[in-house]
Amino acid sequence: MDAPVIDTRPIVAAGPKAPAHGIKVRTRDVSVFYGDKQALSDVSLDMADRAVTALIGPSGCGKSTFLRCLNRMNDTIQGARVEGVIELDGEDVNARAVDPVALRARVGMVFQRPNPFPKSIFENVAYGPRIHGLTTSKSELQDVVEQALRRAGLWDEVADRLDQSGSSLSGGQQQRLVIARAIAVDPEVILMDEPCSALDPIATARIEELIDELRQQYCIVIVTHSMAQAARVSQQTAFFHMGQIVEIGRTDELFTNPKEQRTLDYITGRFG
Amino acid sequence: MMDSTNQHTVRAYGDELNQITADVARMGGLAEAQIADAIESVSRRDAELAQQVIARDARLDELQREIERKAIRLIALRQPVATDLRRTVAAMKIATDLERTGDLARSVAKRGLSLSDLEPLAPLTRSIERMGKLVAKRMKAVLDAYVTSEIAGALDVWSHDDDVDEHYNALFRELLTYMMADPRTITSCAHLLFMAKNLERIGDHATNIAEMIHYEITGDELDTARPRQGADDTPVSEKEPS
Repeated sequence: MDAPVIDTRPIVAAGPKAPAHGIKVRTRDVSVFYGDKQALSDVSLDMADRAVTALIGPSGCGKSTFLRCLNRMNDTIQGARVEGVIELDGEDVNARAVDPVALRARVGMVFQRPNPFPKSIFENVAYGPRIHGLTTSKSELQDVVEQALRRAGLWDEVADRLDQSGSSLSGGQQQRLVIARAIAVDPEVILMDEPCSALDPIATARIEELIDELRQQYCIVIVTHSMAQAARVSQQTAFFHMGQIVEIGRTDELFTNPKEQRTLDYITGRFG
Repeated sequence: MMDSTNQHTVRAYGDELNQITADVARMGGLAEAQIADAIESVSRRDAELAQQVIARDARLDELQREIERKAIRLIALRQPVATDLRRTVAAMKIATDLERTGDLARSVAKRGLSLSDLEPLAPLTRSIERMGKLVAKRMKAVLDAYVTSEIAGALDVWSHDDDVDEHYNALFRELLTYMMADPRTITSCAHLLFMAKNLERIGDHATNIAEMIHYEITGDELDTARPRQGADDTPVSEKEPS
């Protein structure tokens, strides 16, 4: 199959007049193998800063595998092997000198099911800044926690019960709590793997609104099974199929006028 | 060209889309017949046929509302994207053009009724008939292109918009000559002039439909700067002599 042409036009970051930002994460010919099985073949994708890139495609198409490459989560899987180039601000994330733990502080991740630590709301958010030594005093830590909870749109709901367990919150609140936890360490990139699939429409709308706000500051890459969600939250969309990228395009163009037959069949719900 | 003939996984979705397209085609057939009958009622001075054209227009209005309801329902319930979205939007817009075409045909028939009480002006009526046939031919060609999804047919209609304008300008000059020569013809000539304007507008609706077909099939808008002499639609003879 021909490699899709990479769309090098700048991604519009926020509204028609917002400045376009550069490439934050760049991958070239990324392939992933689980033992003998190849899960991803030669994926080349540029993800712009201060923009949302959505990865869509049927189950098993490799989109989550690709997402997990970006902060080396595949390192933790036995027998997984990653080939190709993955750069964060032009630096190879797989270089020997790169500490994966430090990398994951720069490239945060939010999963499908909210996974708060079995600790208080405060400790859930304070954990990252504390282990990375980002604060020097208790009051500074409190400020960081408050700021992260505010940015995640959760502060007003939990300010009076920070010592309660994180798991006492509703699903939507828990998801915003883990987003607060991810942004507390001041990352540059946020990866989201189906962050709303376990949430009701109202909680989903709040997360989407949050994604739109976070986009002003971060490079966001989101895997979603909901094409409507990809259309709503992202500026760039990549369609994965059978471990390859079929089409990359501006979200509005991809959903009104896709260039590839397989993209068309997938987004319009046809069997190809 | 993208192939959107693969079936939807949810078959009812595909059926609903096909239903809307079929309704537009049906409406197109009706609009074509209205144009043809309106012209014929004028050329034969047939008041009864003119009355039929006027009465049948309500059916076009009803069909347009039906297509719009179905399209809105489909957008709400199925959230169409890509080719499906373009097909739905094109159907809605084409239905609006066809409804307006029907109104214009009705208007021609109404003026035909008024003319049937007045002294016939045979050469002018023949000119109107010629222009009417040209416009009807364009409408038929563009509707054929819609039904068969043939972009070449739509482009052909789109690029020959000037023919209608030329007819209109020629008719305009002809009518002026008559009115100046014999003021007793002014009433008839005014009716014929409005008819010619109505026919010219029907030609514009055919052009709009051609643009929608192009958008539906390719996803791209046709360049709005069509090859034509003047940017405005003022007949050449109405312009100040330079």
